[in-house]
Amino acid sequence: MIRIGCGQGFWGDSPEAPVRLVEDGPLDYLVLDYLAEVTMSILQKQKRDNPAFGYARDFPALMERIQHSGVKVIANAGGVNPMACAQEIRRRCPGLKVAVVLGDDILDRLREHKLLNMDTGAPLSTVIDQVLSANAYIGAFPLAEALATGADVVVTGRCSDAALVLAPMVHRFGWSETDWPLLAAGIVAGHIVECGAQCTGGNCLAAWETIPDLANIGYPIVEAHEDGTVVITKHEGSGGRVSLASVKEQLVYEVGDPGAYYTPDVIADFTTVQLVDAGPNRVAVGGASGRPRPALLKASIAYHWGWKAAGTLTYGPPKASEKARRAAAIVNERCAKLGLTFDKQVTEVFGEEWAMLRMAVRDRNKATVERWTREMIPLVLNGPPGATGYGEGRPKAHEVVAYWPTLLPREAVTTRIEVLG
Amino acid sequence: MKVQLGRIAHARSGDKGNLVNIGVIAYKPEAWPILLREVTEERVKEHFADRIEGTVVRYELPEIQALNFVCTEALMGGGTLSLLSDAQGKSFGGGILGMEVEIDDTMLTLCVS
Repeated sequence: MIRIGCGQGFWGDSPEAPVRLVEDGPLDYLVLDYLAEVTMSILQKQKRDNPAFGYARDFPALMERIQHSGVKVIANAGGVNPMACAQEIRRRCPGLKVAVVLGDDILDRLREHKLLNMDTGAPLSTVIDQVLSANAYIGAFPLAEALATGADVVVTGRCSDAALVLAPMVHRFGWSETDWPLLAAGIVAGHIVECGAQCTGGNCLAAWETIPDLANIGYPIVEAHEDGTVVITKHEGSGGRVSLASVKEQLVYEVGDPGAYYTPDVIADFTTVQLVDAGPNRVAVGGASGRPRPALLKASIAYHWGWKAAGTLTYGPPKASEKARRAAAIVNERCAKLGLTFDKQVTEVFGEEWAMLRMAVRDRNKATVERWTREMIPLVLNGPPGATGYGEGRPKAHEVVAYWPTLLPREAVTTRIEVLG
Repeated sequence: MKVQLGRIAHARSGDKGNLVNIGVIAYKPEAWPILLREVTEERVKEHFADRIEGTVVRYELPEIQALNFVCTEALMGGGTLSLLSDAQGKSFGGGILGMEVEIDDTMLTLCVS
């Protein structure tokens, strides 16, 4: 049996969670998921400004804190510059052996393939001049290969989130690339824990008022067995709750057809998964089934779309929501007089006794969005009475980097491992 | 009698691009047939009429007594393109629990958490 903790559900998750997981031990592996769909493009922009950046820079700092724990760490913190990430870990932690998984970055080879948008069918040529990053999702086997080098830390770029958890099982249990039910079991376990505390009581609608001590919520631990059965649990004494309800909610989280959950390693079937209450804060997971892996790999391409901005104002009584709606109408009338038109705009009013007005616009043209950002705050003096909540100043225009999912042949992606130290 | 879905089920929602998925899970196995009968694709689409511009497809996970609703064109572009406060569809899970479902008294006592 091996114990795998997941200490990060996204880049920006609790900095203390992975440290606590390691300190409360014992763990064999710690996995950290840093990459959401749009994270790669943020990192690509950072790399454009400084070639030494482009990875999750808090990860080497975290490694420095936990370098003497003896726990093997697997993280997709490498972003679009995994080698720079590995070098920084080595600089901070000279005693650690770091393996880097390379090959997911396909930015330089986009023109070699006829890529179509998975959702719309549009060809890449429509956006290719605006592309900022392009990465294929790689599976667990290159990560397991990296573990086999004896590395203390495995750094990857884009990989399937669940592969981070499946990889140590493949490595330790010697599962083969065609052990479909076992690979599916590992993917199900990975899917359950990849969002960190979302399976231990966080964001849980089932009797949420009764979930204890969320301030000290425990992050998930997978107890994995060679036959593919796993137990999801958390450290004794930590807050939150691992229950059938919390695990079921996460099992269906961000899933399309639960009978065909596509990953680079296997097409997993969640509909056969069985969950059993295995004691306080322990849920046993079994019964996953899987079919042969897909011939195509998913790739995420990020491209510059345009600009957007959002702003809020808050109104107090009397007639708060009426004031908020009137304020929105005034902004729109003034924009119309200025001849401003937007690709899209949204007005939302939340609350009744006190009401928050939220307005947002997007457009390809930066100047249009920037002009709009000057129209909301003047309402404090020249609109309906009693506007508050403008302390942050006028809204800021942000670049919109949009996401362009596609599929490419598995053979087009070649991974390789480099070891430092 | 009519009760809110939240009496007999819990839920979680999330996004994938411009698509929202809503998992609806029975608190008790006894509520599974009620979910199958009451929480249909049509009713979900109707419940979120002002938010789902596309289609609703329902999938079943009988082992855990859960339904998964996949709703297209639900986030005004989705991801970074969405202008909505809830650009990731997190509020659909809580929102669906306000749907009214028909259940008789004796069944209700078996189905509540």
